[in-house]
Amino acid sequence: MSATPDIGRPGAPVGAPAPARFRLAVPEWVRGLRPGVILAGLIVAFFVVAMIVPSLLTSQDPYAVNLSQTLESPSWAHIMGTDQSGRDLYARIVYGARQSLLIGLGATGISVTIAIVLGVLAGLGNKWVDGIVSRGVEVMFAFPVLLLALLFVAVFGPSATTEIFAVGIGTAPGYARMVRGQVLATRDSGYVEAARALGHPYGSIVRRHIFPNAMRPLVVVFTLGVGQAIVWAAGIAFLGLGIPPPSPEWGALLNAGRNYITQAWWLEVMPGLAIVVFALSLTTLGRFVQQRLEGGVNR
Amino acid sequence: MGTFAETPGTTAIGVKPRRAPWLKRIAWRVLAAIFVLWAAATFTFFVQELLPGSKATLILNQEHGTQQTYSAKELKPVEERYGFDEPVTTQYFNYIKGLAHGDLGTSYQQHKPVLTIISEEVGPTIVLTVTSLILAWIFALATILLTARRKRAVSALGSGWEIFSAGLPYYWLGVILLVVFSIELKIFPVQGGTSVEGLVLPALTLAIPLAGFIGQVTRDEFEKVLDQPFVTSARARGMGDLAVRVKHVLRHAVLPAVTLSGWALGALISGAVIVETVFARPGIGQMIVTAATNRDVPLVSGVVMLVAFIYVISNILVDVAYAIIDPRLRG
Repeated sequence: MSATPDIGRPGAPVGAPAPARFRLAVPEWVRGLRPGVILAGLIVAFFVVAMIVPSLLTSQDPYAVNLSQTLESPSWAHIMGTDQSGRDLYARIVYGARQSLLIGLGATGISVTIAIVLGVLAGLGNKWVDGIVSRGVEVMFAFPVLLLALLFVAVFGPSATTEIFAVGIGTAPGYARMVRGQVLATRDSGYVEAARALGHPYGSIVRRHIFPNAMRPLVVVFTLGVGQAIVWAAGIAFLGLGIPPPSPEWGALLNAGRNYITQAWWLEVMPGLAIVVFALSLTTLGRFVQQRLEGGVNR
Repeated sequence: MGTFAETPGTTAIGVKPRRAPWLKRIAWRVLAAIFVLWAAATFTFFVQELLPGSKATLILNQEHGTQQTYSAKELKPVEERYGFDEPVTTQYFNYIKGLAHGDLGTSYQQHKPVLTIISEEVGPTIVLTVTSLILAWIFALATILLTARRKRAVSALGSGWEIFSAGLPYYWLGVILLVVFSIELKIFPVQGGTSVEGLVLPALTLAIPLAGFIGQVTRDEFEKVLDQPFVTSARARGMGDLAVRVKHVLRHAVLPAVTLSGWALGALISGAVIVETVFARPGIGQMIVTAATNRDVPLVSGVVMLVAFIYVISNILVDVAYAIIDPRLRG
């Protein structure tokens, strides 16, 4: 609904006065912003800032060793405590955001690329192409992300690249199935049939109708994927198979804190909190955008 | 499945008894499963072939704990022992042939058959995953029965908890349970080994996110089924609310979650890798992490193939379970 009285809308009282005239014109997308969504937006914004200019969010040096204050529990000076070398954990988490987010973005990029190629092939190809690609996707489902990652680490050795590719390939089949479904739904829709009846060339139908309409709903899914990819990648690093410890990448922090779990719970709990809160915020935002998009399509 | 004999297809009106379509369906599923396993094996083989550098060098370096290059003469016996001197196609066929006979290869590190190592380690992992799967279903069903379609606040609490818990990473949940219940409250041991007290926290860590996931999938279906005419009719017959929920609604509502069981088993084994590391619990998860760290490729790929096998088998079982839960599919 818009801020001005909606005369054309059925059910609107015809002779009713228009109280909306004096109200502030609130942009449509702002309505329905619940506190949870706003909070999620702020959290995501915080981490994006941390990724681009971490020095804005902390004055501490994430690598500065201070042996006089090792393993200190959270206090006003160090709101998330310090690690075994006296480094400020909050600063490390803020500075670690860049690597963690880049790993998540990279892995999602890979998995989305694979998914679009496979999904579009299966959705637009003939029976045989669809059959082969769909069976292939089914095969990929037989490899859980973490086990695929372990196989990649065993073969290629642990590194950020291995991590990104393992998570990217491991999460691709789920997206591929969704892309195929979307492409099929779009291909069989009325407007594509109409375009075909009008004699538009196949290539331009795919480019101008099928592709954009099939991809739009998936933008949200991909956004959510970044959060999930970060969760997976941190799991790999937690096992000691990712980026090695001096790095403040969130998974590396988790791995480094493992040995101090009985003395310093914050070394494990805080980086994990960052991961969970970030992933949960992305999910919340994604669902909000999805609802808006779906509403938008119907109007 | 003796009751199947009474299905309409076998009545004696002189009509040729129709072969149950579910039997054909399962036969197809088995064929598809063999294809998936073959493709998975092929993929695993070629990932191994991508190993940078020579495998024989890797093995010798692992044996001697060094990082050096070896002369062709030194590499020769190792290559012969593992068959690396054969052409890739021969190696591939030998690998597939071995898998078909249950031979998952030989560990680079322990020089024992991979299957032997796995069977030695797998016991505690099976106990852990099965306990977690049972717990997860109990939690999920209890939450659904108590909160789905109740007062608004109660329903919202239930579904909110499901969304939140399904997103909890195992490593974080495990650490929190460990800190709270073992380190602070000292109720459970920090390193429980394979004792019963040591099983509680690891099993909870695996079960809680899975319960959230099962709950999310089941709740949607559960609420849809509550609106079905047969539910109204059951209520009209004077059946109590709980009885309706358990006897009529649940049976329909669990179907989508049952479909995901194959996926859930894979997720549980992945989860076991992390949980066994958090709680220093022995099992296949700990073993595979060590193997990956030491770059013991056959051992890791053996576990991966085994999990693919379990995934495929459980998907076939799901199909059978479907036919048992939903009588319409028996045809």
